[in-house]
Amino acid sequence: MHMIENGNVAAALGVRRCRVNVIAAYPITPQTPLTERLSEYVEAGEMKAEYIPVESEHSALAVCIAASSAGSRVFTATSANGLLYMHEQVQWASGARLPIVMCVVNRAVGAPWNVWNDQQDSISQRDTGWIQIYCSDHQQIIDTVIKAYWIAEKVSIPIMVCYDGYILSHTYMPFDLPDQDKVDAFLPPFKPDYALNPDEPASLNTVTLPDVRVDVRGELAHGYMEIRYLLQEELRKTLAVAAEAEKRFGDIFGREGDPYLESYRTSDADYIAVGLGSLTYQLRVSVDALRKEGIKVGILGVRFYRPFPDEAVASALKGKKAVIVFEKALSYGYEGALASDLKSALYEHLAGTGALPAVQNYILGIGGREIHTDHLTQALRAAIQGSISKEPVWIGLKL
Amino acid sequence: MQGKTTILTLPAEEFVHPGTRACTGCGLAIAYRVGLKALGKDTILVVPPSCLTVLQGLFPVASTKLPCLNVTFASTAAAATGILAALNDQGRDHITVAAWAGDGGTGDIGLQALSGAAERGDDFIYFCYDNEGYMNTGVQRSGTTPIGAITANTPFKGKLQQKKDIPAIMAAHNLSYVAACSAAYPLDLYDKIKSCLSLPGTKYFHIHIPCPPGWGYDPRYGIKIGRLAVETGYYDLYEIVNGKFRLTAASEKLLEKRKLVPVSEYFRAQSRFRVLTDDQIAGIQQQIDQKWEGYYRQDD
Repeated sequence: MHMIENGNVAAALGVRRCRVNVIAAYPITPQTPLTERLSEYVEAGEMKAEYIPVESEHSALAVCIAASSAGSRVFTATSANGLLYMHEQVQWASGARLPIVMCVVNRAVGAPWNVWNDQQDSISQRDTGWIQIYCSDHQQIIDTVIKAYWIAEKVSIPIMVCYDGYILSHTYMPFDLPDQDKVDAFLPPFKPDYALNPDEPASLNTVTLPDVRVDVRGELAHGYMEIRYLLQEELRKTLAVAAEAEKRFGDIFGREGDPYLESYRTSDADYIAVGLGSLTYQLRVSVDALRKEGIKVGILGVRFYRPFPDEAVASALKGKKAVIVFEKALSYGYEGALASDLKSALYEHLAGTGALPAVQNYILGIGGREIHTDHLTQALRAAIQGSISKEPVWIGLKL
Repeated sequence: MQGKTTILTLPAEEFVHPGTRACTGCGLAIAYRVGLKALGKDTILVVPPSCLTVLQGLFPVASTKLPCLNVTFASTAAAATGILAALNDQGRDHITVAAWAGDGGTGDIGLQALSGAAERGDDFIYFCYDNEGYMNTGVQRSGTTPIGAITANTPFKGKLQQKKDIPAIMAAHNLSYVAACSAAYPLDLYDKIKSCLSLPGTKYFHIHIPCPPGWGYDPRYGIKIGRLAVETGYYDLYEIVNGKFRLTAASEKLLEKRKLVPVSEYFRAQSRFRVLTDDQIAGIQQQIDQKWEGYYRQDD
């Protein structure tokens, strides 16, 4: 069914279609309309789920961690400082290998207070062992929520579905609402290997020693380091699982794309703009304008950010003259995190081949600073004309 | 209410294996062992980092025969809510959810989550085992460390502030059940747990836990010291059922006897109170006497 709704409702509908059992949420702008909508579904009896109006984001994820450990499919959503307040629990969820899905409606973090969009919140959680997927429109939001549960439950690793606050969360766009029976065909009920149960008692997340230790049956049990190594290994294998999810989703819903990257006019491009989320759609206007001048430029939207699809990224950028990375967040003290990751992938896969592109990093839209399309065009033009700086360049700065 | 449980009628089934990693003479080991007997087999436990994490054992070995979710320090009550939500969703609502946290994990870092769960009225039992300090990290002061106690971070003067009254805070949430218990009176704890199992909403237990390394006494005197706290009227055993307060067990007997053991006997039995002066002890004695005058008046 086609409908026109805002991005938060697209997410809420996705959660409803996935027959989530337990929802816990604490209000924070711009996430609120999403969780309000879920509370409406539950109170109206349109969705059979437990909705827990917790007293903090830390507790929101605590409820999800515990309910997931007890065998239920769970959901929460947050933004900005809410996500930062969860940070301890974010790490706990991945360490405990729980298939939690959380929407992060991207917003700038304090201080100073700012309620507008950038992506510092989710980027700051990059190294927590979660899968991170960025959406560029409402169709991607609802589809990604559905795919996320399938992937998360397949690999027992939590997923952040990230989308830009206001730009996507509060704007109305047409999208297709997947049929319930198709979602049911795509996503079977959650059946964890173990759920807390008095008939089969187990102690979860117990203190685990630096070294391996023999269990009561005389078998060697993992040490902390083995458990953490497996998280890393299985995160890397998630790239293949994501491709499987994409294929399966395409077979059932008739919509399929690249599981990791979203390319626009890249096949013959000499220059590639790279970004996360809705920004990559705004960049299309600049790219189209430059194309009219005969400049061969395209866009690579990184959808799957963690685990990082390094091979796919390097392959997409191989032999390009320059790569221009636009970011609404940065690793303070160095440069944009995506730029660093991308350079690492290029070095890993292309060093010594003569196919290494130059990389320019732009920081923009911080704290909701308006992103003018002509500024994007100018920035692209500057990099294409050879202006490549060592330090990231901030667009639209008024100092 | 059923008759009082005795050591002869206490169920034989154990849910805590012998040989835990608790310190010798640990009061928690007693309260936990008896508490789990009262909770029974169909229970899921929630435990934050605390002495109990140590008692429970190191992976892949556990000293408890009940399923247990170890959670972050501040999230105990919220995690209990999460398990409850899953059980309700799955129709497994015959299972009891029981959280066991220390006094710091309850009254300091865990208070927000506990207050949230209590306000929502989530149907689980919360146990705060109060050894009056951050004992697992090496005996630092907590909100529930009593005035005058030497700890690792109140090293010379002793704690200068009063003990935070967490059961009173929980009672202010209008819970169906709030109880104050002691590891020195495990059967009182057992009967209270049994009596509240069918009550709705959040049930709160506060358990006074003598701690040999933290309080400074020979481990064999743990029960004696726990009893002294009650016999001196310093720590009271009570329950508040649907808002109605009543002293229980040894505290109830004190109400009849109307004679308290001098609190100096309690203080002088532990090295942590060594800097309390006679004047300070006299002041505390006065507070205790006033509190008990109130009990006597209510009783008359």
